[in-house]
Amino acid sequence: MTTEVFVPLAGSIWQVLVKVGDEIDEDDELVVIEALKMENPVYAPCAGTVSEIRVKKGDIVEDDDVLMIIEEK
Amino acid sequence: MAVFENMGLLALTPGMVFMWAIGLILIYLAITRQYEPLLLLPIGFGIMLANLPLTYLMEPGEGLIWRFYHYGIEWEVIPPLIFLGLGALTDFSAVLSQPRLIFLGAAAQVGVYVTFFAAYAMGFTLQEAATIGIIGGADGPTTIYLSAKLAPHLLGASAVAAYSYMAMVPLILPPIMKLLTTEAERKIRMKKGRKVTTREKQVFPLLAAMVIILLVPASAPLIAMFMLGNLFRESKVVERLNEAAQNALMNIVTIFLGISIGASMNAENFLRKEVIFIFFLGLFAFSVSAASGILLAKFMNLFTSNKINPLVGAAGVSAVPMAARVVQKVGANADKQNYLLMFAMGPNIAGVIGTVIAAGIFISILQ
Repeated sequence: MTTEVFVPLAGSIWQVLVKVGDEIDEDDELVVIEALKMENPVYAPCAGTVSEIRVKKGDIVEDDDVLMIIEEK
Repeated sequence: MAVFENMGLLALTPGMVFMWAIGLILIYLAITRQYEPLLLLPIGFGIMLANLPLTYLMEPGEGLIWRFYHYGIEWEVIPPLIFLGLGALTDFSAVLSQPRLIFLGAAAQVGVYVTFFAAYAMGFTLQEAATIGIIGGADGPTTIYLSAKLAPHLLGASAVAAYSYMAMVPLILPPIMKLLTTEAERKIRMKKGRKVTTREKQVFPLLAAMVIILLVPASAPLIAMFMLGNLFRESKVVERLNEAAQNALMNIVTIFLGISIGASMNAENFLRKEVIFIFFLGLFAFSVSAASGILLAKFMNLFTSNKINPLVGAAGVSAVPMAARVVQKVGANADKQNYLLMFAMGPNIAGVIGTVIAAGIFISILQ
């Protein structure tokens, strides 16, 4: 089963901390979004494998855009 | 012998030396702690200059810094120009997508009025009391604007109080927020508001300027410039003006603002017991404002199923965007996957407008 990770708040992508194929646990930090000069980590909603990443450093993201897709275990 | 008689050293007073220490403390905090450095650094230096004897820098009619002060602040030019830049920096999406959050920004003006009455009861004049109360709005340019109009002798102290408390938002707000909310309330995740269109964001500054100025004409200088700056931003067709208002112009006027405020703080004016009360009452105003925002959010929750996280109420004290960042941090402490930042921007921005309106009301009643 796949799970989409959504953007929780609008901003720009400060860092992408995982790459495609990485095994992750629930609550791992995936991406850091910069908004109002504040770094906001986005956490994994579930454990699994990163199957697709749709953003890169510097991208401007809006609420509810898809950041990445996780293949759940 | 004239050289000796004209030497500043001989005209020094202990008060002046004491003021150097205050100037140095502000410069130190600006450099090492980065407390509002853009303002506290020039203010600190201005204080030291103002307390060097025989410079005539603040001499009416001839002094260099007096000219900055007179034409910039007494003529009420600089605060509205800063508001032009703030308007250009402000995104009203958070307010427009959940208009009910405006009430929280309005509630945070309670501290202004409570303190106004408290200061008046303590023996300050009505004009002085209004200036002290407005510190609770935690909005620097508005405090300066009001003080220049109503109580110029308090300008230095009230400006320094306002900027100091803004710098200390991360220290002052969290205890109040924790005291007034439960763990469960801090964990409330808010539902996203609707998406705001570009057209709405273009209409808003026009409409808001008309309505607010019709209701409170005395707020016009600040509101007009703020909304003009915002229109620059949202129109998307005057990027150069938008850019200039946000950066170049704002930086230039900030320099003159800082040094002028600092230089208004000579020992004679500043070393009085009233000033201690101003700092004390300012802190009181600020705390009451934050508390009112939180309590109103809790009250509103009694009537809605779409719950508001009461922490965002504390962002009604303006201090944009520091107060919203503090809300985000305190919220994330309770639940790290809770993103309150953008919700907190609603009351935060509404708080700025609310403080300007409060100042406009004071001006129309008291001037």
